[in-house]
Amino acid sequence: MSSSPTVANEALRVSDAQGHPRAPRNDWLFRTLCLTAVLAMMATLIGLVGSLLSGGWLALSHFGFSFFTTSTWDPVADQYGAAAPIVGTLITAFLALVFALPVAVGVAVFLVEICPQRIARSLAIAVELLAGIPSIVYGMWGLFVLAPWFAQNVQIPLMTWVTPGSWLEKVVSGVPNGANIFTASLILAVMILPYIAAILRELLMSVPSHMREAAYGLGCTPREVVMRIMLPYVRRSAIGAVMLGLGRALGETMAVTFIIGNSHNFPGSLFDSGSTISSTIANEFTEATGDMHISALIALGMVLFMITFVTIAIARLLLGRGGPK
Amino acid sequence: MSKPHDTFLHTRRKIYNGVFLVLTGIATAIALAALFLILETLVVKGVAGLDAHVFTMSQPAPDEQGGLLNAIVGSLVMCGLGMVIALVVGILAGTWLAEYGDGTKLAAVVRFLNDILISAPSILIGLFVYQLLVRPFHGFSAVAGGVALALLAMPVATRATEDIMRLQPYALREAGMALGANRGLVIRAIIWRASKSGLMTGALLSFARISGETAPLLFTSLGNPFLSFKLTQPMAALPTTIFQFAMSAYDDWQRLAWAGALLIAVAVLTTNILGRVLTRGSTQK
Repeated sequence: MSSSPTVANEALRVSDAQGHPRAPRNDWLFRTLCLTAVLAMMATLIGLVGSLLSGGWLALSHFGFSFFTTSTWDPVADQYGAAAPIVGTLITAFLALVFALPVAVGVAVFLVEICPQRIARSLAIAVELLAGIPSIVYGMWGLFVLAPWFAQNVQIPLMTWVTPGSWLEKVVSGVPNGANIFTASLILAVMILPYIAAILRELLMSVPSHMREAAYGLGCTPREVVMRIMLPYVRRSAIGAVMLGLGRALGETMAVTFIIGNSHNFPGSLFDSGSTISSTIANEFTEATGDMHISALIALGMVLFMITFVTIAIARLLLGRGGPK
Repeated sequence: MSKPHDTFLHTRRKIYNGVFLVLTGIATAIALAALFLILETLVVKGVAGLDAHVFTMSQPAPDEQGGLLNAIVGSLVMCGLGMVIALVVGILAGTWLAEYGDGTKLAAVVRFLNDILISAPSILIGLFVYQLLVRPFHGFSAVAGGVALALLAMPVATRATEDIMRLQPYALREAGMALGANRGLVIRAIIWRASKSGLMTGALLSFARISGETAPLLFTSLGNPFLSFKLTQPMAALPTTIFQFAMSAYDDWQRLAWAGALLIAVAVLTTNILGRVLTRGSTQK
């Protein structure tokens, strides 16, 4: 898109200069107004970084590097170490991606290459609409439906089945209430699934049909066309799409806050309750009284900003201008 | 590599292909099943929680009759405020990117950062507005909530505006210039008008983006159990009220939470669909 017709652009600029005497001044006003809006937008981003830095400075300077390496989160003693929520954020987002990615690829391939086009179109619209459902709905479903079901049908049977003392027991130990890191990751996976699938579908549809047809003409099976021609063709953007999904999972607040159990201990197992950066902020910010507590929470926000900024920046670079709105 | 009449290889490829096709089908079935389960719960529990009181009464005490009126009004007020700010800034910024800044380095940087802002975690916007508007003025307020929502909708509106204005043919601009209009007038009187339905779509999409947002409101507008129209006071919003009710131990509150969740989901889905219908109408012309 960036290769706009510069000739026409140049023509416009020339006629700008040669226009009616009053015209250029009006244009200047409007142009400045538009530029101001752009600068206001950028001020938002700079202000965001600045406010997170200045707000979190008290905690960061007081605890130094141990803020990132210790996991004591004790508002009473005013001791804050953010290792547990940081690790919780990374683990849940990563697990969510592991769950969601294969399914999302499957959905995208099915919609583009396998399903009859008429059905595919309505399915695709459904997928895209579901990507827009507010996260609080996913969170409520997780809390009221998934967590009890999971505790009853997965967690308790597993805990009675494993041999005590084995490594498997360590992995599945935890309070059997369904509110844990694993179910939080599941909910996140369900949330980012339609999102990733929708972008992947658009990417796959952008593969030139002559490439597909050439491959089919050589006698390739649909699997070979998808795996050897179409996916490699969109590889770069596809990684971008996945990173964008990851960014979403990293920053997601409400869906996780409902179901992760909100404990500040370092998660000991897959079925242990935990916390993420965003769930900690959402839970504690309004109740935080001490300056240090607030500052520690804002410092957490700073960490989240850095993690997501890098992730999303890479994603957008890979996706180019084709990314979703 | 393969011999032309290798039937073993042929069978193997067929089997691989069959397995692959089945797997993609299963993936789609899993996705649809999960999403169906969520929607089913939402509709069943949401409809069960809906009654006339939901729209006519404010937040009840536990075990009393009440509704979500204060939250619905609050959401409308703050989303309205957010949309006004976001549309003004977003459309102007998008216009600059599409018309004036095109090809400049600044535009490339702005475009990139804007795309990042679109996907930035909304809770961080809440933290920012807290530091910007809540802390200095010593109080949560509807204005702060509205500004937080505006900051979330702004990048979406900017991107949508730029995209739609770029679609307008250059001949249109040249025709305007040929009539003696300056560039600003061409943009306002011709390009904006030609992009009207696209801009509407952008507005609807940004509205859909913010109407379900909870995290940034938690510590900007806080919440308010009473119906309030004061912009400088804390104000309830549907998502934050749902959060509070869902986490509570009272059955009545949980019932209302589901009703509210259904309302939000329906609102978001309708705006999304409306937006889509509008775009379709404009591209088919």
